[in-house]
Amino acid sequence: MLKYSIRRLLGMIPMLILISIVVFSLAKLMPGDSLSGEIDPLNTNPEYIAEMREKLGYNDPLPVQYFNWITGFVQGDFGKSTRFKIPVFDLIMEKVPNTLLLGVTALVITYIMAFMMGMYSGRRPYTLGDNAIAGFNYIMLAIPSFVAAVFAIYIFAFQLNWFPFAGSVDILVERGSFEYYVSRMHHVLLPALVLGAMSTASYTQFLRNDIIENSRKDFVRTARAKGTPIKKIYNVHILRNSIIPLVTFLGFDFAALIGGAIITETIFTYPGIGQLFLESVTSRDYPTLMALTMLLSFLTLLGNLLADILYGVVDPRIRLD
Amino acid sequence: MSAMFGSNENTPLLRVKNLQTGFKIEGDYYNAVESVSFDVKRKQIVGVVGESGCGKSVMSLSIMQLLPEGIGKIRGGEIEFEGENISKLSDKRMNSIRGKDISMIFQEPMTSLNPVFTIGYQIAEVILNHENLTKKEARLRSVSLLKQVGIPRAEQIVTEYPHQLSGGMRQRVMIAMAIACQPKLLIADEPTTALDVTVQAQILELLKGVQEANDMSIILITHDLGVVAEICDEVLVMYAGKIIERAPVEELFAAPKHPYTELLMKAIPKMDEEVEKLATIEGLVPSVINMPQVGCRFANRCPKAMPECMTVTPQLVDVGHEHEAACLLFDESWPADRKRDKDRDREGVTAL
Repeated sequence: MLKYSIRRLLGMIPMLILISIVVFSLAKLMPGDSLSGEIDPLNTNPEYIAEMREKLGYNDPLPVQYFNWITGFVQGDFGKSTRFKIPVFDLIMEKVPNTLLLGVTALVITYIMAFMMGMYSGRRPYTLGDNAIAGFNYIMLAIPSFVAAVFAIYIFAFQLNWFPFAGSVDILVERGSFEYYVSRMHHVLLPALVLGAMSTASYTQFLRNDIIENSRKDFVRTARAKGTPIKKIYNVHILRNSIIPLVTFLGFDFAALIGGAIITETIFTYPGIGQLFLESVTSRDYPTLMALTMLLSFLTLLGNLLADILYGVVDPRIRLD
Repeated sequence: MSAMFGSNENTPLLRVKNLQTGFKIEGDYYNAVESVSFDVKRKQIVGVVGESGCGKSVMSLSIMQLLPEGIGKIRGGEIEFEGENISKLSDKRMNSIRGKDISMIFQEPMTSLNPVFTIGYQIAEVILNHENLTKKEARLRSVSLLKQVGIPRAEQIVTEYPHQLSGGMRQRVMIAMAIACQPKLLIADEPTTALDVTVQAQILELLKGVQEANDMSIILITHDLGVVAEICDEVLVMYAGKIIERAPVEELFAAPKHPYTELLMKAIPKMDEEVEKLATIEGLVPSVINMPQVGCRFANRCPKAMPECMTVTPQLVDVGHEHEAACLLFDESWPADRKRDKDRDREGVTAL
């Protein structure tokens, strides 16, 4: 397994080089640069802007610019955010805990809901309950997250006053105290519910179909012939088999945990990676934008690797070597 | 034969009376098993033979109440196990019988085991279902069961997964699971069909061995008359959901009565005869949907069919030597005397 992982990690290098070229080209294809939006041409000396452009290397030929960026990047120097004037690395690290908290909470909500609904539906297919669950899932899948988020804020934050409508923590609480953590959970719950409840469809329906398929397998009949109660057959024999295809989704989720949810975070003004990403696009903060895109690409590749390794763990028939 | 009279108990272990099992097709039930009655005595091996689709498997699944939920259903008759009617028991009560008193092995050893659990777990499960043992004790028992069914390296095999074993080995594992709680009856549904010929012989020998060691009865379902000849005491021949002939094994092979059984015998290749082409029976078993409701169900394929075969339903009648056949040719009151039913009542001849 270790040998396999190392081989796969090495195999990512050419992929990452290709991605870096694409990321760089796309960033450069955007109209304007980080100076064109930020500096008021009426107040700022145009010569100063030109000087800054020269200093930042924006006038160098593109291959040179790419080379300068990538050499720093591989050494861990992601550059300095042109907007916040602090190293991109620090900027990202500052947002990661928020996003991770939101991502993990949302994922836990998704898993709990999807497993409960999927197992119920799989056991009683084509019943009223199954159809109701399918209906709920597809409606949630069809509603765009910006609509759901706005409605959630309106209902739960403004009308019912259950949750705060923005931010990640109450500014009045002392950092590190118990209230601080409670306040963080309180802030994260509503966006996490929106995110979590919206993405149950694929898990639920996949689990349902796989349970139905597995319940017709010969090994179920064998388990019945052994006198195993039907409940245990569903919860142990069938479920254990039906988890295998879900591992694929887990790989995607891994990247999403840190990648954040751009739309949801922005609507809830939740200071996470997703919001940072959107800001870096609108302010043409190239170093941040490129670093984030590279990070997400790398995490996606890593998520796929993780999924492949997990296949070997959950399915004894798969051998990794 | 000896097994039949060797037992001290007078009540048969299993008595199936007038079993009818139906399948729901587009809202209507069609009987795949029609008025089947037979006994299985203690320590007896009963073979059930017949073509594909004649209801053998459905009959065995009915005994275990493992018919596909919502589709298959026992629609009539009784299944008495040690004197108790088990055909109407709740699933919970059946769970305490399945695997303990009656166990079953299936045709496909490749798919009958759960691919994601170890062999040890799957054998221990049946033990833990029925006996108050710790997991460790159950694990130890699994190892000794594996040794009993002739699996080498049993200590290691318990930690392995089904895909690491060959078909024959998996069938041995299935047998180990089936005998784990010393059941009184083992139903083997075509246990050797999916295996190589050499492995088939080993599995049959093993079944015979465990039957003798555990004093159990076996219902062996097969379409292979060779298998029947090898280990069975008594044979039931099924056709289109009905038992059409029943006899001790030597008697059946020496003097098959029903034209269908005769034709089946002719379809067995013989070592000492050279034939260009094996005999076959023309046509197919009628499907459950268009099963003839009157007359003999084999009539349209039968070379000896008489016009009456289409209109009179034959009953199992005694033809001597503990041999019964359901064919008008052997019904003494037919066709000579057309007032069959009256005569039968007068003479007190029972149908079964």
